[in-house]
Amino acid sequence: MSDSSATTGTRWIWNIFWLLLVVTGVEVALGIIKPTFLLFPLAGTSILNLIFIGLTLLKAAYIVQYFMHLKYETQSLRMAIYLPILVLIPYLTFILLYEGVEVYGY
Amino acid sequence: MAQPTAAESWSGGNEPMKAEYGKLMMWFFLVSDALTFTGFLTAYGFMRFGHEATWPIAEDVFTHFPGIEGDQPLLYVAFMTFVLIMSSVTMVIAVNAGHQLKKTAVAWWMIATIVGGFIFVGSQAWEWYHFIIGDKGGIELADGRVLKVAEAQTGEVLSLSQLVDGEAGHASNHLEKFSTGEVKTAFEANEGLVLQSPGKGHAQLTRTESLRLMQNAQVVQGANMKHNEYGQGQFANFFFFITGFHGFHVFSGVIFNIIIFYNVLLGTYERRKSYLMVEKVGLYWHFVDLVWVFVFTFFYLV
Repeated sequence: MSDSSATTGTRWIWNIFWLLLVVTGVEVALGIIKPTFLLFPLAGTSILNLIFIGLTLLKAAYIVQYFMHLKYETQSLRMAIYLPILVLIPYLTFILLYEGVEVYGY
Repeated sequence: MAQPTAAESWSGGNEPMKAEYGKLMMWFFLVSDALTFTGFLTAYGFMRFGHEATWPIAEDVFTHFPGIEGDQPLLYVAFMTFVLIMSSVTMVIAVNAGHQLKKTAVAWWMIATIVGGFIFVGSQAWEWYHFIIGDKGGIELADGRVLKVAEAQTGEVLSLSQLVDGEAGHASNHLEKFSTGEVKTAFEANEGLVLQSPGKGHAQLTRTESLRLMQNAQVVQGANMKHNEYGQGQFANFFFFITGFHGFHVFSGVIFNIIIFYNVLLGTYERRKSYLMVEKVGLYWHFVDLVWVFVFTFFYLV
């Protein structure tokens, strides 16, 4: 709850709203147009999909840090939330997607 | 604050995380819930990678927008995403007003949040209705594969109503039911038609192969837990399960918000001089928005 100057007023909230809206707009536009030069394969998927994932993580970071106020919590609380999430989710994702490719066609 | 002595520490009352019990528990619940959704979305990825050729592409499936004719891929989901982000914003403003103990402002912004939640749940009901009733229809082969009828030249998918009646249109796509017999006859009569995979690359079968497989095929329209016209069977199951589980979260969130809103009106938090309960349901509400951000990407975009 520190840093009260940053949380009074509603201007910061609308700034983040516009950011989330613009990022979503970009995602939808890219999803509809699907520019061919972004379909170039990279890391087992396409550049376009990597852009989608990057933008999603950006939106998620803003929601968690500012809307859910985690940026202003104590270090111990932040770590208690972030560590399990940031270790387990990439781990599970890697294992299942890797195995999914292995069982392709079965 | 000065560091407490050992004796003071052991007598309890410390708050190392400087967060109230209920708020801390809400956070821990959200961590476990995030892992549950991870399980669903990664399982979706696993099945999709395992059935790349027959897995439907979301923008071929979710193409309708209320009041607009024709295919509008992604537009409706974009609208739903906008509604949820908007209601997340109104929730932050409500929490913000709570910190300043402004009862009326909290109440109004919570009403806005609740309305947003209802619009989202209603939109999801609309999307489910269209998913279940079906759109262009599909052909299920004897081996369980679901394929689409398409023009061999252009690769353009024909709806069953276009194939049989020669007319395209929203209402006829949705409402008319076609028998396997009339679809076969129409398919055999038009030399330019083949069967096409709904998956990545839209691979086509040859005309001869298509005609051979049509002999033992069935028409499938709409979707349920066993068959769906869009492609691989598990696609519909994942759609119902992931968006359903998320929709249930949104619905519970709306109920929580209504309860807390009622307490705001009663003046419960005014008397406590703390709107911490609004902050706690706010955390839950933002989490629901957060999950949707990921569902939007991994179910509809990628």
